[in-house]
Amino acid sequence: MEKLIYLDNNATTCVDEKVIEEMLPFFKTEYANPSSMYEFAKPAGRALKEARVKIRDLFNAANEKEIIFTSCGSESANQAIRGVLNMNKNKRHIITTKVEHPAVLNLYQALEKQGYSVDYIGVNSNGELDLEQLASSINSDTALVSVMYANNETGVIYPIEKISEIIKTKNPNTKFFVDGVQAAGKIPIDVQQLGVDLMGISGHKFHAPKGVGALYINSKTVITPLIIGGHQERGLRAGTENVPFIVGMGKAAELAIDNLKYEMTEVKRLRDKLEANILKNVFNARLNTGVANRVPNTTNIGFEYIEGELILLHLSDLGICASSGSACTSGSLEPSHVLRAMGVPFTAIHGSIRFSLSKFTTESEIDYVTASLPAIVDKLTNLSPFQTELEALRNLKK
Amino acid sequence: MWEYTEKVMDHYRNPRNVGKLDNPDAVGIAGSLACGDQLKIYLKIENGIVTDAKFQTFGCGSAVASSSILTEMIIGKSIEEVKKITNKDIADQLGGLPPEKMHCSVMGYEALEDALKNYAPEDMVDLDELRETEVREKIVCTCFNVTENQIWEAIKLNGLKTVEEVTNYTKAGGACGKCKVLIQDIIDTYYHKEREEKKNELTPTQKILKINSIIENQISAELRKDGGDITLVDIDGNRVMVKLRGKCSGCKNSHLTLKSFVETTLKEAVDPAIEVIEV
Repeated sequence: MEKLIYLDNNATTCVDEKVIEEMLPFFKTEYANPSSMYEFAKPAGRALKEARVKIRDLFNAANEKEIIFTSCGSESANQAIRGVLNMNKNKRHIITTKVEHPAVLNLYQALEKQGYSVDYIGVNSNGELDLEQLASSINSDTALVSVMYANNETGVIYPIEKISEIIKTKNPNTKFFVDGVQAAGKIPIDVQQLGVDLMGISGHKFHAPKGVGALYINSKTVITPLIIGGHQERGLRAGTENVPFIVGMGKAAELAIDNLKYEMTEVKRLRDKLEANILKNVFNARLNTGVANRVPNTTNIGFEYIEGELILLHLSDLGICASSGSACTSGSLEPSHVLRAMGVPFTAIHGSIRFSLSKFTTESEIDYVTASLPAIVDKLTNLSPFQTELEALRNLKK
Repeated sequence: MWEYTEKVMDHYRNPRNVGKLDNPDAVGIAGSLACGDQLKIYLKIENGIVTDAKFQTFGCGSAVASSSILTEMIIGKSIEEVKKITNKDIADQLGGLPPEKMHCSVMGYEALEDALKNYAPEDMVDLDELRETEVREKIVCTCFNVTENQIWEAIKLNGLKTVEEVTNYTKAGGACGKCKVLIQDIIDTYYHKEREEKKNELTPTQKILKINSIIENQISAELRKDGGDITLVDIDGNRVMVKLRGKCSGCKNSHLTLKSFVETTLKEAVDPAIEVIEV
């Protein structure tokens, strides 16, 4: 494949060259175990400390002691959720949403089988949370509320600060975990202002490598460790620290903070351009998120009466990478749980495509995608058995 | 990313025979929009020969490839030949499909079956009769509207053994999963697993007679080939007392013979609780 236009940055991102540069010495020369006592181990120990400060800044946490390093977003979520529940064994009620990432959702489903009662808060057709349902679900038995900061499929941002206030009025002892994986690097995060107790992130979503993540645990929150062993991470996460990857994530966090303004202006402009042009030029396209507040890099568009995997395969033939909420791409037989929770109609749900941009996305790439899509859609609508319905849509657009 | 064969990729990139036929002699449809794939097939039939075929498909790459190759497979063939085409033939023609995508080939088969069912000149016999299948139209999977008949057919044509395989081929059980128990029942019925139940229903006398008959006719005959023999001494509930004779008597492997051959044979044929004791 000669041309590569990567618009699947919510799945993973390329590692920034500057990040790789920063990591290399810790593979080659500074390979010491940071826990060791000799002089040779000092650079590794220092680098670990610096990375922790950079991640603290990404969260805008009060103290770097509130950060632990993990291996990924799923570990951060598992550590936070199981850690809180184990600490509050007498409480058996959890509140989360219907649109969480499977890393979190499947864990709650497993916990339900262990006797926990879990309320799943729904969303409206824009993908926005039903805060009234959330408020009325909190009771004295509620150990944990768990809401993602931004949705991976739609990019919709949830009102974390408001939810935090609701929790504090209803039950101040309830802990609040936020899956921040899709927010990091895309919007400013301020855990102090948001008032959250725990927040997880994953390095590879903001140009660090795969296999490293972090968890913010505020100083008032006590949790039990998931991995028990050595003293690392103040006893909360045993196992020798993955120094090169942690250093890489620290650098990526620093770059992400510097890049936020670009993300929220330029990346947003390109996303908006892509979205507007597709909606204008493709007669059966619909924006699945309506007017909801979103991260700047994500758009989720449904192409009615054609199927998502087939669109992706044709995009892929042109070197364009995107993803789909279609059943056929997931290995399961059901379309996206997020789009179903939003009530996206069946005519569009199987043909929904997510484009997610990054700071490396260029204007010419966006123009190429916009120019390529109408021909693909024409070819696929020609194949569709729903010609009458498509004709009606075509006329409607005129 | 699915590992599609070159043939699959060629057919979804350049699908053959796309569209509708004016005045078709038969039209078949399978799947639905809600389920994520739908196939419509149009046939022109003259003097018992399929002279033209076209298709329209809403679905993934393998669904389009299955439809496209199916039209190529049937054009120019006699109805009799077309009737013999199975989902496995479609998948084979494509050089294989990923297991999770086998239901796409099944959809092609079902649309074709539907078209032939709708094409019924006077001399045509009903297809179900022709295939000698029982009519099992009860819906098993309500999420994807899959009938017992469809599951039965898929098991029969593809030798499916597990619920997961049935899901890959028919989609049944792939959403809420509530019908998985029913699917297991259908698989069990197909492979006549219900024998297990019946074995437990033997009266004590029947059981003694059965054990005796198996020892005399099967086990003893086998042992005699090696110059040994066995006789039944007594039966107390599930405890079967036997005496080994000939070469078996005193053989250092006789314990092995008792446990792995005599006891296993009786357990399988009569009751899993049986214990064989040498006296």
